[in-house]
Amino acid sequence: MSGLLENFWVLLALKVAIIAAVVPAVSLVFIFAELKISAHMQSRIGPYFAGGRWGWAQPLADGLKFIQKEDLVPDDADRPVFKFAPMVVLMSTLAVFVIVPFSPKLVVRDLDLGVFYALAAGSFGTIGVLMAGWSSANKYSLIGGLRAGAQLIAYELPLVLAVVGVVIQAGTMSFNGIVAAQAAPVFTIGEFAIHLPYLFQGQVIGFVIFIIAMLAELNRTPFDMPIAESELVMGYLTEYSGLRFTMFFLAEYAGMFSMSAIAATLFLGGWYLPGLSSGALEVLGPVILMAKVSLLVFVIIWFRWTFPRLREDQLQSIAWRWLIPLALLNIVGTAIAKVVL
Amino acid sequence: MIDNRLAAIHASDVSVSVELETPEMTLNLGPQHPSTHGVLRLVAKVDGEMITSVEPVIGYMHRGYEKLAEVRTYPQITALVNRIDWVSGFANEIPFMVAVERLMGIEAPPRAQYIRLILTEMARISSHLVFLSSYPLELGAATPLMHALRERERVLDLIEGVTGGRFHPNFNRIGGVKPAAGGGSGQKKVLQDLPAGFLADTRKAMDEVDDVCDDMVNLVLGNEIFVKRTRGVGIIPKDRGMEFGVSGPNLRASGVKFDLRKSDAYLPYANFEFDIPTGANGDCLDRYWVRMEEIRQATRIVRQAIDGLPGGDLQAKVPRIIKVPAGEVYVRAENPKGEMGYHVVSEGGRGPYRLKIRSASFSNISVLPWLLVGQLVPDIIAVLGSLDFVLGDVDR
Repeated sequence: MSGLLENFWVLLALKVAIIAAVVPAVSLVFIFAELKISAHMQSRIGPYFAGGRWGWAQPLADGLKFIQKEDLVPDDADRPVFKFAPMVVLMSTLAVFVIVPFSPKLVVRDLDLGVFYALAAGSFGTIGVLMAGWSSANKYSLIGGLRAGAQLIAYELPLVLAVVGVVIQAGTMSFNGIVAAQAAPVFTIGEFAIHLPYLFQGQVIGFVIFIIAMLAELNRTPFDMPIAESELVMGYLTEYSGLRFTMFFLAEYAGMFSMSAIAATLFLGGWYLPGLSSGALEVLGPVILMAKVSLLVFVIIWFRWTFPRLREDQLQSIAWRWLIPLALLNIVGTAIAKVVL
Repeated sequence: MIDNRLAAIHASDVSVSVELETPEMTLNLGPQHPSTHGVLRLVAKVDGEMITSVEPVIGYMHRGYEKLAEVRTYPQITALVNRIDWVSGFANEIPFMVAVERLMGIEAPPRAQYIRLILTEMARISSHLVFLSSYPLELGAATPLMHALRERERVLDLIEGVTGGRFHPNFNRIGGVKPAAGGGSGQKKVLQDLPAGFLADTRKAMDEVDDVCDDMVNLVLGNEIFVKRTRGVGIIPKDRGMEFGVSGPNLRASGVKFDLRKSDAYLPYANFEFDIPTGANGDCLDRYWVRMEEIRQATRIVRQAIDGLPGGDLQAKVPRIIKVPAGEVYVRAENPKGEMGYHVVSEGGRGPYRLKIRSASFSNISVLPWLLVGQLVPDIIAVLGSLDFVLGDVDR
């Protein structure tokens, strides 16, 4: 058995299967959470019947419905590109999970350049969005796709710069290394060691910038201009139906999961919780990480149902005039603190 | 074009920086579009996201009410006119009724006039609540919709309690309002006209409407992003607005203190105290704010009207078959969407010879081709929504 598990290919297949099963499952939970939370914010009940209690099976029922729908491709569409685009988007979000550590051992691959890889893989999805917008042969889709592209260029930079502060502080780009660095005691009061995640070690600005840029990257309100259903009908999603639409839909929530997991790992300590032995962390790590991720996902959902949408030019001006200079200042400040302290 | 230039560059074999030419794109918004309030169609020419020209195409909702009215009797027309602007159905009936009554030389009894006034103001509240809730939705905020529509439902319930219909009350009769169901012609108890508990329920509902206005201030007007999206967007200057025939809250937002409730005595508004809120800049934010203040003024009027509700008949003496003497009259009223007027031409007989309907939304959207040029695509939606038109009111 153990011999089989040490075989690279068997292990790889196993890991891929787990990710392919767990990520959509968690995404379904987030979809359900969004349905319920938005309902309660709007004094509605939300899903109620599907599955009996609380309507827990609503996302499954929706998914089933989508699968039954006809897979429409517009006549003028660039067929291969049109069909391939949703896969690109979904794959890019799934690819991020390669480096997310759920516990000290439970990680597909702890790359030395983990941060670099995560950001690169995460931004890859925008190519899929551009493909979708371009190939749909629809003006709304085109505007939506191009908006997504402009948004990516504007917000990838603050996203990366916000992370640089953490990388400087941790001295590593490996995700597990960053968690381990946050697990190290910051200072001790007598016998009692104080552990703090990077959010409370001075990376507040970095965290806020990361969350804002993350929302823009995920096309979530207040930065959902690429979809903007009141202006662009459904943006780059306009022409999609059935299973391909489901892929985009799933990718949106999987993206929320992956970006929140990155944020939780970088700024909130990932699978680490002070006061637990390393043995307990092996077991409870995934639960701790998921709790932190859920918190961030709740905030994202909360924003969505509270804020209106910004305008594209306003979004650009926020990125270039505020977030990037602030992120640069944050790097300078972190670097000085790292040398002095 | 680009090919020619490139060919020219190749031919001359000199390196010249070619300025990238971006052709204009025609973007067809509507008639099926989430934010055109029905079936308005806008043919916009866009350069990137900048609008260079826009042409509204109307008529998809045309139902020919003016023509239909010519082959109907006056009481039948009531059912037509409250379908013009269906968001505030009750308010549409009033100017028509008043016009016919003026031609006949009669006047509704005071109690009927007060009931008309209360329900008109309620129609105004429900119409403006739809605007307050749906406008943020057009800018991407989904939650205010639910909060404001909840209170609107209370108001509609009250209207339904009195008239029997939420949207199309069909409650006015020439010379008064409909007597209570079952009351019949021999109705003795005049107080049966309003359902039991209506006055108390209305007072409570008005408090709740005021509360939801406060909520909207917190949720929408106090929201930095909302202000950013609306301030300075779609400015209609005073004189421009008047030139285009813009009326109602849209004109008042531009700073024109003009309200037919004060100047025309079609309902006893002179008995009540209320203010006319006016904006300063005439942008989308002002149009939102003005409507919110108008709701507060409307609740104020309703409260006063309930306190001073006179007793008496519901119906003036009218013949069994209504025949209107020859003549013509134009009566206009301050409807939620703006100035609504009916020009009734009678040649004697049971129906009008001609009925011209002046609806507010039609004139209000005539400003669009001028207003939208130079705006961005997202601002089309912001401006469209802020004008608060109903396609039934545009096309009639």
